[in-house]
Amino acid sequence: MAPDPIMSSPIISLRGVTKVYGEGPTAFQALKGVDLDIQQGDFVAVMGPSGSGKSTTMNILGCLDVPSGGTYLFKGHHVETLDRDQRALLRRRYLGFVFQGFNLLSRTTALENVELPLLYRGEDKKLRYEMGMAALDKVGLKDWWDHTPAELSGGQQQRVAIARAIVTQPDVLVADEPTGNLDSQRSIEIMELLTDLNKNSGITVLMVTHEPDMAAFARTIVHFRDGLVESIEAGVAA
Amino acid sequence: MLGTTVILAFRAINRHKLRSFLTTLGIIIGVAAVVTMVTLGNGATAAVREQISSLGANVLQLRPGQGFGRGGGGPRPPDFKERDLTAIENQLTGVRAVAPVVQSSGTAIYEGNNWSTTVYGTTSAYSEVQSWKVADGRLFLSEEEEAGKSVCIIGNTVRTNLFQGAEPVGQRMRIKGVSCQVVGVLATRGQGGFGDQDDVVVMPIKFVQRRFTGDRDISQIMVAVDDAYDTSTVQASLEELMRERRKIKDGQEDNFNVFDTKQISDTLTGTTTILTQIVGAVAAISLLVGGIGIMNIMLVSVTERTREIGIRLAIGAVAREVLMQFLVEAIVLSCLGGLIGLFLALIASVAIAPLMQVPFLFDVKVNAIAFLFSAAIGVVFGYFPARRAAALNPIDALRHE
Repeated sequence: MAPDPIMSSPIISLRGVTKVYGEGPTAFQALKGVDLDIQQGDFVAVMGPSGSGKSTTMNILGCLDVPSGGTYLFKGHHVETLDRDQRALLRRRYLGFVFQGFNLLSRTTALENVELPLLYRGEDKKLRYEMGMAALDKVGLKDWWDHTPAELSGGQQQRVAIARAIVTQPDVLVADEPTGNLDSQRSIEIMELLTDLNKNSGITVLMVTHEPDMAAFARTIVHFRDGLVESIEAGVAA
Repeated sequence: MLGTTVILAFRAINRHKLRSFLTTLGIIIGVAAVVTMVTLGNGATAAVREQISSLGANVLQLRPGQGFGRGGGGPRPPDFKERDLTAIENQLTGVRAVAPVVQSSGTAIYEGNNWSTTVYGTTSAYSEVQSWKVADGRLFLSEEEEAGKSVCIIGNTVRTNLFQGAEPVGQRMRIKGVSCQVVGVLATRGQGGFGDQDDVVVMPIKFVQRRFTGDRDISQIMVAVDDAYDTSTVQASLEELMRERRKIKDGQEDNFNVFDTKQISDTLTGTTTILTQIVGAVAAISLLVGGIGIMNIMLVSVTERTREIGIRLAIGAVAREVLMQFLVEAIVLSCLGGLIGLFLALIASVAIAPLMQVPFLFDVKVNAIAFLFSAAIGVVFGYFPARRAAALNPIDALRHE
């Protein structure tokens, strides 16, 4: 049931987005007017050298940060007008996050980690358990539900993190260098998992990476340079 | 929402058991100290009150001289006479009973056992005035009093040390070299602010006057006031009567004094109450220090868990939820500390009360206040770290190493 990206209007739309850090003479302009449309169901790899603005863009796309100028339309919401808590609710409802450093809660079982977003959604215990176990099953770690991060390998930890990101059945999965801390074999497994989630669950995947091998799994590759979108190309997987 | 937060708080506490315990240690010790001190203090107050009430409620003590002592220079004020006693009985209204007392000290001997004790010479009215009860045997018979027979009623301390398990009633012992028959044993009255009240031998006043003091003087008169009358009114008329009888001119000072035992009671219980409050206040300061300890650790905890906060914020926790999480965590910690403290205070009070010879009185109010106070400490000292956590920027928090 792969959705057709051409059919729907863009789920994400950046227009003239700028971002300035600091003030006065020390101010640094990280984004200098980014225009970007991302269609529902796409798998986008964002690439670029350090300081190119890709991380800043991802933070804005993930509603973790607001643009200094321009507009960001996410599922019809003008994110640049929303306050902190409104953006938090947007993240809770539509977004899932995967980080380079996994960012699991230590001394907390895989299931409890995965259930975390459901707690904030106020789901009851039974539903939390069912949805949590289903998400763990999807990443192939159902039998590891009661293990803490310290008892899991890096690849397994990242799978738990992915399970946590998808447990709420988000529209968009934001992955920041998801394979950055993994060896190539584990990296490929993670990429295959993301591809599977993109194809079979219809989740739009936004991924920052600097490894062309990983970007090769994407349908669309966006290159950043000096705070601007340098080029957009179709990926190998498209 | 709140239920979820409480679950999260318990999980967080469970993840860091040792640190949580150390955090709450201040509260535990603070609450335990406050509650133990106040409980024992209340016990001491009750004990003092109990002992004083054993002196007899609404009793006026009439003694020669000023204050407790016999005064400084000048001639020794005269003791009272039997006609003073009669006058009080007949002329004073609102009097329930009047008892004369003559005091002497001496050694009691029974089958080679010696015991130094105090001898009270009085009448049967004394038992009514002082609400003394006889546990074994009987009070003096009126003919024994009239004739000043050599009979005695002994206190429990005398019984224990002199008779050492033998049944004293009906036995003959020697007191100050005179043989006397034990007719009764007083019910135990316990340690008082006035020494061991069971270390006494009570004898008919006429016998004590004749054999020990050698005159017919009465050194003290105890006046029990009828419940229907006001003690201070009776005290005033007693003073007036005595001034008249002792021929004290206007403007001249009394050469006798009247003590209201209730006044002594109020003074002493007042003192113990103030002491309890002071000790309680010192302990409350330690509770405050415990609260600052909680704040300290919670601030460290917020810094240490910055990344966790970042994760929660990224996942979609709103600021209020993060604030609530840390606040509830602090409250749960301080409440747990409070409960453990109350438990320790219970054990300590039950253990220490007998050593201090005070009754253990469980005061629901004190326990409830201490617990609520510890909860309040959680709120007050948890709020600042919690607010700091909630104000974190998710991106910075996630990058925190």
